[in-house]
Amino acid sequence: MTDPFNPYLPEVATILETVQETHNIKTFRVRFDDEAKMKAFKFEPGQVGQLSAPGIGESTFVINSPPTRMDYLQFSVMRAGEVTAKLHTLTAGDKVGVRAPLGNAFPVADMKGKDIVFVGGGIGMAPLRTLFLYMLDNRADFGKIRLLYGARSPLDMAFSAELPEWTGRSDIETTLTIDREAEGWEHKVGLIPNVLLEMAPKPENCVAITCGPPIMIKFTLEALKKLGFADEQIVTTLEKRMKCGIGICGRCNIGTSYVCVDGPVYTYAQLKQLPNEL
Amino acid sequence: MAAVKYIPREKLPEWLKALAAQSRVLVPVEEGGSVVFRQYDPARAPVFGSDATAPPKGAVFPASQELFSYAYGKAGEENAPTLKLDPKTEATPTVVFGSKPCGARGFLIFDRVYMGKKFPDPYYIAAREATVFVTMACATVENTCFCHWVGSGPADAAGSDVLLTPVEGGYTVEAVSEKGAKFLDNPALTDGAAKAAEAEAVKKASREALGEAPDIATSPAALLSLFDDMEFWRDQSDKCVSCGACTYLCPTCYCFSITDEGTGTAGRRMRSWDACMHFQFTLEASGHNPRPTKAHRLKNRVGHKFSYYPTLHDGLIACCGCGRCVKSCPVSVDIREIVQNAVAKAKG
Repeated sequence: MTDPFNPYLPEVATILETVQETHNIKTFRVRFDDEAKMKAFKFEPGQVGQLSAPGIGESTFVINSPPTRMDYLQFSVMRAGEVTAKLHTLTAGDKVGVRAPLGNAFPVADMKGKDIVFVGGGIGMAPLRTLFLYMLDNRADFGKIRLLYGARSPLDMAFSAELPEWTGRSDIETTLTIDREAEGWEHKVGLIPNVLLEMAPKPENCVAITCGPPIMIKFTLEALKKLGFADEQIVTTLEKRMKCGIGICGRCNIGTSYVCVDGPVYTYAQLKQLPNEL
Repeated sequence: MAAVKYIPREKLPEWLKALAAQSRVLVPVEEGGSVVFRQYDPARAPVFGSDATAPPKGAVFPASQELFSYAYGKAGEENAPTLKLDPKTEATPTVVFGSKPCGARGFLIFDRVYMGKKFPDPYYIAAREATVFVTMACATVENTCFCHWVGSGPADAAGSDVLLTPVEGGYTVEAVSEKGAKFLDNPALTDGAAKAAEAEAVKKASREALGEAPDIATSPAALLSLFDDMEFWRDQSDKCVSCGACTYLCPTCYCFSITDEGTGTAGRRMRSWDACMHFQFTLEASGHNPRPTKAHRLKNRVGHKFSYYPTLHDGLIACCGCGRCVKSCPVSVDIREIVQNAVAKAKG
């Protein structure tokens, strides 16, 4: 008899490369050691994984590389607690455990043929990156694509190595912003919701996808409503403390919805149906 | 269903010894002023009269269990880098003997979650399949009992494999499941037809002793409608000291934590009971906590059992009405009052 699938058992993976994105964000590019499993691995943009630092524990991160680029799975980790502090000590060649894919995905099929506005703040850019790159790799399937990405300062901006490409491409419109003036900064200065209002994307046949710190989300939602976006046209992805990642252990639920399996991706319309416990 | 059998009280040790020769047998025994389930020892008399202080939850869902062990080496170190993971899902064949119906019924609540289609839990399933419940119907009830509120009762055999009922001189024995029928093949058990009517009378009397159950059918919607009424929840949780005894003693509380134990190079990943009544349960690394006060946490505990779970699982209430949380709460928080208050308040 073969052993039944064990959802708690991580795949052993090797870190191929790391990128120190900011003082507290580090990116890990990993591949499963089991090549057959790596080749068979399938996920959709928005799905997450649990990274294990053996001896310390596990935490949940979005897979921020798109399924169209399977050389490695990328996770960007902001140092905040014990697991992330341990992960930050790891380098290329080190082993991690990976449990993935977990959770739901962005409703990509519903977005086809539509204009897209990404609004990302800080580490909230990570989940957007997956979908953004997926869309760039399937560019013809989508209408106008706009990205508004903001951080506190230029030094807090992750994925800086990719920003010249994103701002330079003529088939997308990328706007970068920081909270306060900084020397040498050539892009926008201002809070994300205010810059979004200036950009004034039209809601007709458009989907807005946003992720960032709670206060940014709050005012971004207000801005999108002001611009005329309906609740169904706004998509976000949530973060909760998780352990099992498979809808059992009981801590990430918002009423009847378990963020680890029913989320992390929700439309604003869906969120409004849930009890208020973010 | 097989015919009713009978075992005289003095023959019980004979049956228990026969069972213990084949399986781990857990029985309720007195320990430190409490009644808890421990491995059968002929020298310690089981306590079948009153309900156990703690349910037999650990028989299937240990308070702490190893998910897998690991051996780890970091890049640049000797024999490195490595990560080896070794899972252990085997379970010990176990008989839980003498639990009250509420203790066995708790696992029906677990089953829906741990034996789901998408992510069946191999540890739970192995233990569940390896466990047989020989349950004791209640001849007496306590004032904290409310199993009849939640679709159960003092002779509820749901979740059990064999049902014993106390009668004069001994117990009637009925097989409830196929798994249970196999356990009745023991010379200590004789034909119980003559005792069947008495057993039925015992079951009826204890059910009648519980009285009428209030109508709480509207609890799922009622609790949801009070979600933002924090004044209500502060009132209900005012006394709570966040000790978590209610969750620890609850046959249906199935939440857990996962933690790593060991050194940087070797150790094990553990799953342990956790409690939604603790601040740390939902505390995020950023410092944000979606359930920051005991009012939020009690709301989740009651809401989960009487609203969210039944909404997700065909109306099944995630409470077996055993009353342990009521009986063992150091400050007398009473979940029955909270549910009734919510139902009444939502009616307006």
